[in-house]
Amino acid sequence: MVTKPSAGKIAFDIANYALLISLSVLCILPLVHVLAMSLSSSAAVTAGFVKFWPVEFTTSSYAFVLQKKEFLTSLAVSVQRVVLGTAVGMSLIIVTAYPLSKEVRAFRWRTVYVWYFVITMLVSSGLIPWYITIKNVGLIDTIWALVLPGAVNVFNVVLLLNFYRGLPKELEEAAFIDGAGHWRTLRSVYVPLSTPSLATITLFTIVGHWNAWFDGLILMNSPEHYPLQSYLRTVVIDMDSLLRATQDLSSLAEVSDRTSKAAQIFLGTLPILLVYPFLQKYFVKGMTLGSVKE
Amino acid sequence: MSIWKREMPLHIMLIPAVLLVFLFHYIPMLGNVIAFQNFVPVKGFFGSKWVGFDNFRYLILLPDTMQVLFNTLYIALMKIVAGLIVPIVIALLLNEVRMEFVKRGIQTLIYLPHFLSWIILGGILIDMLSPSTGIANLFLQWLGFKPIFFLGDNSWFPITLVISNEWKEFGFSTIVYLAALSGINPLLYEAAIVDGAGRWKQTLHITVPSILPIIVLMGTLSMGQILNAGFEQVFNLYSPQVYQSGDILDTFVYRLGVVDAQYSVATAVGLFKSLVSFLFVSLSYFLAYRFAGYRIF
Repeated sequence: MVTKPSAGKIAFDIANYALLISLSVLCILPLVHVLAMSLSSSAAVTAGFVKFWPVEFTTSSYAFVLQKKEFLTSLAVSVQRVVLGTAVGMSLIIVTAYPLSKEVRAFRWRTVYVWYFVITMLVSSGLIPWYITIKNVGLIDTIWALVLPGAVNVFNVVLLLNFYRGLPKELEEAAFIDGAGHWRTLRSVYVPLSTPSLATITLFTIVGHWNAWFDGLILMNSPEHYPLQSYLRTVVIDMDSLLRATQDLSSLAEVSDRTSKAAQIFLGTLPILLVYPFLQKYFVKGMTLGSVKE
Repeated sequence: MSIWKREMPLHIMLIPAVLLVFLFHYIPMLGNVIAFQNFVPVKGFFGSKWVGFDNFRYLILLPDTMQVLFNTLYIALMKIVAGLIVPIVIALLLNEVRMEFVKRGIQTLIYLPHFLSWIILGGILIDMLSPSTGIANLFLQWLGFKPIFFLGDNSWFPITLVISNEWKEFGFSTIVYLAALSGINPLLYEAAIVDGAGRWKQTLHITVPSILPIIVLMGTLSMGQILNAGFEQVFNLYSPQVYQSGDILDTFVYRLGVVDAQYSVATAVGLFKSLVSFLFVSLSYFLAYRFAGYRIF
């Protein structure tokens, strides 16, 4: 049954499209602004001419940033962190979720283990004791301090174990009949079949490690061990809070700094923008598969 | 094959995770005992003096504590309310968009901010909201308003926090509601059209009741966040001028513990927070199970 749309319906549609499109533009406008500033001359930025398009186009701020030693060392730490953190984190999640996805009949200790892990989602451990523990283990100033303490992400384990449970029981039984043990079944049946879920969790893990900064800030004593986001904090946030304390008086020297800050902010975002198309494709499906249950 | 032998590989698989969680979660949990000590790092857990509830007594007498607790609850509550309403409204509006590619384009853009760190967003916001040079204030001035010191004014700071947080997260939160909307049986709409219902009536009598269980679920689960006003965001946006309105429990712990080195007092605050949070999270999981049939695992 097709009826002619009423005037009210047309008006609603126009308003709705206008609202939603402007909202979504608003979501990326700040990034566009930063990109425009990073590609403009500092004189144009200082004068407030730069809105969403570069004025007096130049890439000098990028040239400046990319030869800064601190930027490059922290970038290397971040890359190392993402690679190690994702490898360790994903292996742990895969082998941990498997036993927990079993029925109590097949694995009698399951409930005990599940509670052991879930409690860590309910009770947080406290910043100071957490720091003291990591210090006592001797991880301060090492890359492992950024990888190991958060390696077992219980939320992701729960997401994956729910996915494992949704797989047909018959496949597992068939594998056992063919003589495969638990390890073999996990490797040849469960892992290949959970690609959508694993892809989602991998991308979230990568983004999580890339974006993390607080642990870097307090677990690393010397700035040359900072991951990129912790280093960026010292550049784009800390300096400003000093400045904001002195009532935002913009000295010329500081303002010409704005283009290089913008360039660093944009470079810090770039990897996210690069993985985002892949992330986009997977996460909606992966998230809902893991979280919505009948 | 004995049961023990069959289950052995499963235990082995769990060993690394069990050890890591024990080391980095359960030991720090036990380490919370320093809240009842006068903890001195060189003396350690066993050598430091026990002081009972002195640290808690000290905190109650500290004038900042009540202000911090109030700020935390106030900011967290506003975030919870905004975090429920905005995504529901956006999901309902997005559901009315019939052109598939427009819908997908909008979603792609509104999900993006969720994936940026508060360092990046903090850097952007500090620049954009600066009263003298920020683009937001240039715009306000162009409209004829006085510039607003969003990040340095105690009356504006909490509002700026709530709005910028919503800006970052609303797109991502709509996923849940969109998933629920796509699960509604289309036959219901057809039946309603036959009965002569317009889009508005359909929304009111089919769409909203259908996603009500998810709304209830998200509402109950968000209760557990009552003391989480967002450390990462506040820590990267605040400055001494706005401690009065912006200092929350987590930033308070950081300043007492890391900046002032008052380890025991900071841990006392943390312990208080985690006890209250534990109660609220447990309660919210229990209610979510009772009323929406939600289970964590």
